Amino acid sequence: MSSKIYIAGIGAITAIGNNVAQCLHALENEKAGMHKATYLKTVHATEIPVAEVKAGNEELGLLAGMNSKISRTALLSMIAAKEALDDAAIGNIQSLRAGFISANTVGGIDKTENYFRNIFKEQHAGDLHDIVNHECGRITELVADKLNLHAYTTTISTACSSSANSIMLAARLIKAGMLDLAVAGGVDALTKFTLNGFNTLLILDNDWCKPFDEHRNGLNLGEGAGYVVLVSEKLANHSAREIYCELKGYANANDAYHQTASSPDGKGSYLAMQQALQKAGLQPADIDYINLHGTGTHNNDLAEGTAIQRLFNAPYPKMSSTKSFTGHTLGASGGVEAVFAALAIRHKLIYPNLRLQTPIPEFPFAAEKKLLKNQVVDHVLSNSFGFGGNCSSLIFSKL
Amino acid sequence: MALEAIVLHSFFQNYKMKVFIRSASCISPQETFNNNLFTHEAKVYNTDFLDVVEPDYKNLIDAKLLRRMSKIVRMGVATASGCLQQAGITNVDAIITGTAYGCMVDSESFLKNIVLQEEQMLSPTAFIQSTHNTVAAQIALMLKCHNYNNTYVHRGFSFEHALTDAMLLLQENAAQHILTGSADELTELTFSVLKRMGIYKQQPVNNTMLYTTATRGSIAGQGAAFFLLSGEAGANDLAAINALQTFYTPAGITAIEQNIQNFLSAQNIPAAAVDLVITGRNGDADNDKLYDALNASIFKNIPVKAYKHLSGEYPTAASFAVWLAATILQRQKLPLCFKDAPIDEKPVKKILIYNNYQHKYHSIFLLSATA
Repeated sequence: MSSKIYIAGIGAITAIGNNVAQCLHALENEKAGMHKATYLKTVHATEIPVAEVKAGNEELGLLAGMNSKISRTALLSMIAAKEALDDAAIGNIQSLRAGFISANTVGGIDKTENYFRNIFKEQHAGDLHDIVNHECGRITELVADKLNLHAYTTTISTACSSSANSIMLAARLIKAGMLDLAVAGGVDALTKFTLNGFNTLLILDNDWCKPFDEHRNGLNLGEGAGYVVLVSEKLANHSAREIYCELKGYANANDAYHQTASSPDGKGSYLAMQQALQKAGLQPADIDYINLHGTGTHNNDLAEGTAIQRLFNAPYPKMSSTKSFTGHTLGASGGVEAVFAALAIRHKLIYPNLRLQTPIPEFPFAAEKKLLKNQVVDHVLSNSFGFGGNCSSLIFSKL
Repeated sequence: MALEAIVLHSFFQNYKMKVFIRSASCISPQETFNNNLFTHEAKVYNTDFLDVVEPDYKNLIDAKLLRRMSKIVRMGVATASGCLQQAGITNVDAIITGTAYGCMVDSESFLKNIVLQEEQMLSPTAFIQSTHNTVAAQIALMLKCHNYNNTYVHRGFSFEHALTDAMLLLQENAAQHILTGSADELTELTFSVLKRMGIYKQQPVNNTMLYTTATRGSIAGQGAAFFLLSGEAGANDLAAINALQTFYTPAGITAIEQNIQNFLSAQNIPAAAVDLVITGRNGDADNDKLYDALNASIFKNIPVKAYKHLSGEYPTAASFAVWLAATILQRQKLPLCFKDAPIDEKPVKKILIYNNYQHKYHSIFLLSATA
């Protein structure tokens, strides 16, 4: 049993870097990852910017040590999960109960799209190789098998809060004494399915997104993977590496308002943040930085901001949406932003909310426009909210 | 300091709590929603693909919402409502679902239109309803339930992992009443793919003769089952779940026997104390060798029945078995289709479920009577 949960390793691959060091460099140098779609073959490439990982599947296959023909989702997951595990440098994990708690929303649908093209357009029978990795759980399994993480392996899919929920479950399993260690987070690759889906909802910005700006006009879809290695107190005490931070609070609540839209008062977001604070034994005033869900849609930012306004008082914590760098990586976002939270604490950074010009006038606070260094970053609140009203918040704290 | 200092336990060893099933509801290829399976003969089909017997949803779901719901959502929401009605409870502290495939009808519809319409002029409806958490989200929306809400999508363990989360929440005292269950729908297209992979039989079969076919593959199925769980005993519980354990790709029959033995030992229950075993035998000649071996060894001298001729084979079929076991324990009566099991005169106190999906996902459940 462990009453405290620590972050012992981190791994990420996003549009701003193929590993944690590259991502941090881009965050510190205010370099966003949006671009015209290069690797995703879509008719919308010229009109809708996306935040792609800057590598084709061949290169990702080499980085992952996996067959490049399997789903891009699995390759991204493997690269970031392995980086996190290597970073934690636990040693012989086979002597421990080590789990892999992952999350995604698209599974191997990037390949299923080929299968559908074949059966509906070109030939009568699609290639079964294109569909064997369709299921979300299959992506997790491919990586767990490769990393030999078998004490408990599962997959959560709650839309854009998926990987915040996988980190929360991992913490609960360690606290219950069921695991010693878990690699937890999530992944999503860009696919025609999600690009067209969000496009039909009219919530994609045709320019680079402007979260928490009065003139925000939607989100940019991104892709990537982010994982943290969670360990029990006992393992943390024996770690050869410096521990990043403690996962002090977490909560999962539901907005119960609409399948895709947030309630005007952000009830689900409010409850998630409030209950995470309660779990952490912290007051709103203790939070130094909020890594916003901040997608850049009119609806999300208004609901999230309203919930923050209700829960916090002036002086408000510093806040920003790193989706202004990475785009919205959907099922990966909670994992990627957990990695960024750990880096913010270690390097005393507050990330900028890129392209912010006019803060939302309804709110008495504004996101940060510029990178801030040498800040007191003791407690970071990370928000992840998704379709289906799924709202989760995590709190990371300096040791 | 060396890591060896950490004492090793198996994953479930620290889980000690029994949970109580207040109510249960199931939609399947049999008449389960109204419990007719216990009073009438089982439905007989000659097919390779079992569809579900759907109730009249109008009494359960608001007509406006119902129109927009695909089959998986209707089944999930109706069985969740059924649980609440039976238990006389209007809200819960958590909603946790499992689904291997998610909303296949809407996912396929959206993907097909992407291909056929070259990514142009698409309607958002199918996309909106396609996310894997739609069932849990629609239940929350119906109940205005702002509490914990989660969805597991881990193939043949999706239901088991939803149940594990529920049991963990009860152990943490983080919830009093939890709705948990699974839902999976099967489309013609998914069926054709799984058939090509050899998971389903190449020819239609009589479901009541499923276990005598000696050919490759099983009969396809689908369905939903939900349970209202509590950590505290109630006056009218159906049954209790004493323990649950999952095994991913066990090495072989000897390892499986050892797993079952260890599971029973951890519960301090000799195999002879089990009144009925319900297995995941599925009519695939290769798959069923495992069950033949278990019947000759660890399950020898215990009545053993199979359920997949009733539910069909699918990744979350174990939820049907849990519904069946809980209902047998509550009614102290076997469904008519099990009448040849030699336990007529004896009270049924303990039921062991042993399920396996595609040789990879093995699970064991122990349920007991509460009355």
